[in-house]
Order: sequence, then C-alpha cells, then structure tokens
Amino acid sequence: MTTDLKDQELLVYESRIKVPYTWSVGEVGSRFLTELKDNKRIWGTKCPMCEAVFVPPKKTCTYCFVTCHEWVELKDEGVLQTYTVVRYDSSLIPGKKPQIMGVIQLDGADTGLVHLIGGVSPDQVKVGMRLKAVFNDKRTGHILDIKHFKPI
Amino acid sequence: MSGIDNIAIVGVGQTSIERNKLGDTFADMVFEATQKALEDAGMTMDDIDNVITTSNDFWDGRTISTMAVGDACGAGMGKNMSALEGDGTFSCFYGMTRILSGVYGTSLVVAHVKGSESENLQITNAIFDPIYMRPIGLDSLNTAALQMRRYMTKYGISEEQCAKVSVKNHKNAMKNPYAQIKKEVSLEDVLDSRLIADPLKLYDCSPISDAAAAVIIAGGDRAKKAKKPVWVKGVGYCADAFFLGDRDLADAVALDMAASKAFEMAEITDPLNEIDVAEVYDAFSYMELMWYEGLGFCPVGGGGKLIDKGVTEMDGELPVNPSGGLLSGHPVIVGGMIRLAEAVLQVRGDAGDHQVKGVNTALAHGINGACGQSHCVWIVGR
Repeated sequence: MTTDLKDQELLVYESRIKVPYTWSVGEVGSRFLTELKDNKRIWGTKCPMCEAVFVPPKKTCTYCFVTCHEWVELKDEGVLQTYTVVRYDSSLIPGKKPQIMGVIQLDGADTGLVHLIGGVSPDQVKVGMRLKAVFNDKRTGHILDIKHFKPI
Repeated sequence: MSGIDNIAIVGVGQTSIERNKLGDTFADMVFEATQKALEDAGMTMDDIDNVITTSNDFWDGRTISTMAVGDACGAGMGKNMSALEGDGTFSCFYGMTRILSGVYGTSLVVAHVKGSESENLQITNAIFDPIYMRPIGLDSLNTAALQMRRYMTKYGISEEQCAKVSVKNHKNAMKNPYAQIKKEVSLEDVLDSRLIADPLKLYDCSPISDAAAAVIIAGGDRAKKAKKPVWVKGVGYCADAFFLGDRDLADAVALDMAASKAFEMAEITDPLNEIDVAEVYDAFSYMELMWYEGLGFCPVGGGGKLIDKGVTEMDGELPVNPSGGLLSGHPVIVGGMIRLAEAVLQVRGDAGDHQVKGVNTALAHGINGACGQSHCVWIVGR
C-alpha cells in the first residue's frame, strides 16, 4: 500500500546540545592573559623574519611560518581601524545593545585587536579615533579583563 | 596541474532553497539533489565510483554529520565515501583530485545544510577562537559589518554602491525557480531597510536557508562519453589568516591568489572580456563588489564603479549572479556548489529564464570562513 503524505502534519523534535570544554590557552596565551590580570599590561610577540608584532600574541608568525620568540610590550592605546554598532539582540555580546565593537591597532602592533568599544555614543564613534583600554577592577586572566576601549 | 583537460562536470542537481524545508530531513534533501544530478547526467548509481559529502557538524547538530546522509547519496551501497567540511566548491575540488589520482573515473559530490534548525548567531560565533574572539560576541553579521566599513573606508565605496548589488540580485532571482526570496527591491528599499549592524542593513544580508545540491564529475573517457559534459578549464583554492586582525579586511588577498591560479590554468589573461558569466559568493551585498576586485574584473577599489556602470547587470558585459546569488537564498556549505551548478547550466544553455546569451566560459566562486577567509574559483566551459 502506498500512502499519500501530502496532508501529513509535520513534526519537529526540539533538543539542545550542551557540552563542557576546557580549551588550552597555551604558553603564549597564558603569559598574555596573566599580564592583563596581574599588571594591566598588553604584550605582543614579534616575528624574527618580517618583524610583525602580533596582538593577541602568536607563537607562530601568520605570514612567515616561523616561531615568534620575542615579546614586546605595547601601549594600551591605539587607533580604531573599523567598527560596527550591533543593533540586534545577542546573548553572546557582553554589553547591552546597541553595542559598538571594532578592530583596534594598538601603538607598536602590526595587527588589529577585535574588542568592544565603550564610553562613546554610536553617532560619535569614528574610524581613526584614538582609544585607550579600560581595565576591569576584578580581573581573571580573560580577554574581557579589558572591559572595552574608550576614546581618549 | 596535469590532466585538467580531461575533467568535466557531467551532471548537476539542486533542491529549491527555502527558509524552512519542514517536510525534509537532511537525507531527504540530499536524496532529491542526488537523483536530480543522476538524471541530469543520464547515469545511475552504478556509474558512480566514489561519493563525497559536504556538511558541518555544528550546523547539523551531530558528530560526523556525513554519516547521516550516506544512504541518501548511494554511499550505503558499498561506495568509498569521504567527507569535507566547508563550502561545496572545495568538496568539488576534492572530487576532481580524486579522479586525477587515477583511482576513480567519476565522483558524486553532495552538500547540504538546514540553517532553519539551529541558531545562526551561536553557530557562527563558534567559528572564532574561543579564547580571544568568541567572548567579544563575534558572529557572521557583526564581523561582516566590520569588513564592510573597512572596505568602504579604504576605497571610498558608498552604501549606495553596495545596495545596487542587492537590487540587481533580487531582480535576477525573480527568474530562478529555486530562489528562496522572489521580491524586487529598490535602491531606497535597501538603504531604508532596518539597520542590523552599521553599516549593514537587512537587505545587504543574505537570509537563513535550507537546501542541498549535487554535482557529478567525470574524467578521461568517462567524461568524453558523458551526455552533456562541461569541461573544467581551471581551478584554484587559497586560504588567508584566521585571526581577523591579521588581515586587512578590505582586501581579498586569498581570492586574488586563487583566481590567478585558475586563470593561469585556463589561459585567461583578461577576465572581464574572456569570461561570459560569473556566479560569485554574495553572502552580503558589499562582498560581491570585493570579489569583483579579487577576481580581476576591475582594479582594486574599483568594485563600486563597476556596478555603477552596469557591467555586471543581466544585460551587461559580464553578468554576475544571474541566478540571484545568495542574497536571494543562502544555504551555507551548499552555496558555492550551487554557484558551480549554475555556471555549468549557463555553459550548456540550460539555465532557463535566467540564461545569459552565448556563454562559452563561466566562472564559479565559493568562500569559507569569516569575512571570506578562503576562496575557491572554478572556470568551466565548452
């Protein structure tokens, strides 16, 4: 017997996946996050070949495929390269909407750091603006030990 | 790459693209696409030497998501089945190289996704590094917005120029029976649409979609004996840095390199004049302009002017996305494979109402990763 399923009510099965992980931060990342926590200092690594300074620091140069041994302390200030103002609800974004986020090139770094922007309204934020890191009083060794970057 | 002269795409199949294909499981969609590709090629499963599936475990919500669709593409009949996670253009590249290895005469490559079944923001947040980037709340929308502003700033591209892509592709989709969104939008509609993440507006963004596609590739005598072979002239695939801050988001360096490889193989020196139609990965309006530049259709920074001149319109010198592209339906994973299938149909003259006249050479493009981290370019022709 063949059955026509045209009028069959269609069901969906609701479920969720929740799996705990413990991701290794690595030696390089551990030093970077510990410096944020203990000293409110931002460090990068420098490639011995192309001399690019990476922040967050990299163990391996993205461009040259060699180990970056040298550490360089960066200023906690930089320039806003690009930004967006997030207008939608997202439980993944730490702040309240509209939240500004951007790519900041810290003084002394050759790469951009993606982070939150605060202390400025959406209509005042501009590409090229100078920004400074605002650290949380309570720090845990986390990228959000920097609360956000605010205009100087 | 030797042997490229002997590789052809001999059959293509795609399901309709819909917001929610409630009546279909992953396997149902893959079965439909596979059947259509076999019928298109005039083949049966006996003609298929190996099978490659394309899927994403996180999007599917299961480990080894390929296993869930193996039966639906004939792999359960004792075939060698392999899997790729990424865009369908990359799995077709893999299917082609398996033939070039000399072990197989044909490859069936399938791809599927159901964006409707999970949460786009959570899935795309997980693209990013868990230590440095996920906690910021990055996802596919806000990172595209960062790239759009960087591109506009560096090259003086306007929001209007980006919006023109959306207007063009929505208009083209009206003639594609598989398109999800069939609605013409005006320049004002796009510019006045809801802000998602400045400067991205609703109609700059592709929708969430469900679909599957299948492509059959053949080599040597198997290709020559095919009913309607479309020959692979060139293909290139290159990846860029993972961390967004390690790239200048305004420049598609990896696309430039992938296109150069494909053009060299296809002996193309003047893409704008030598390519008759292109299907590119327009996940967001501004991306199509960036890809024009990476593909050498115009100088770097010239994407805005190219669309202003109407070059890529249906009646232009080089129509881009006559199918309506991804702005009218964006099944991730499947997206690039549909671009390749559409390029094949255009070369054969089988693209129906959205056929471009006199196509000898077509280009298809797929991307994977945030802000176009990796790119695959195909040149197919008679």
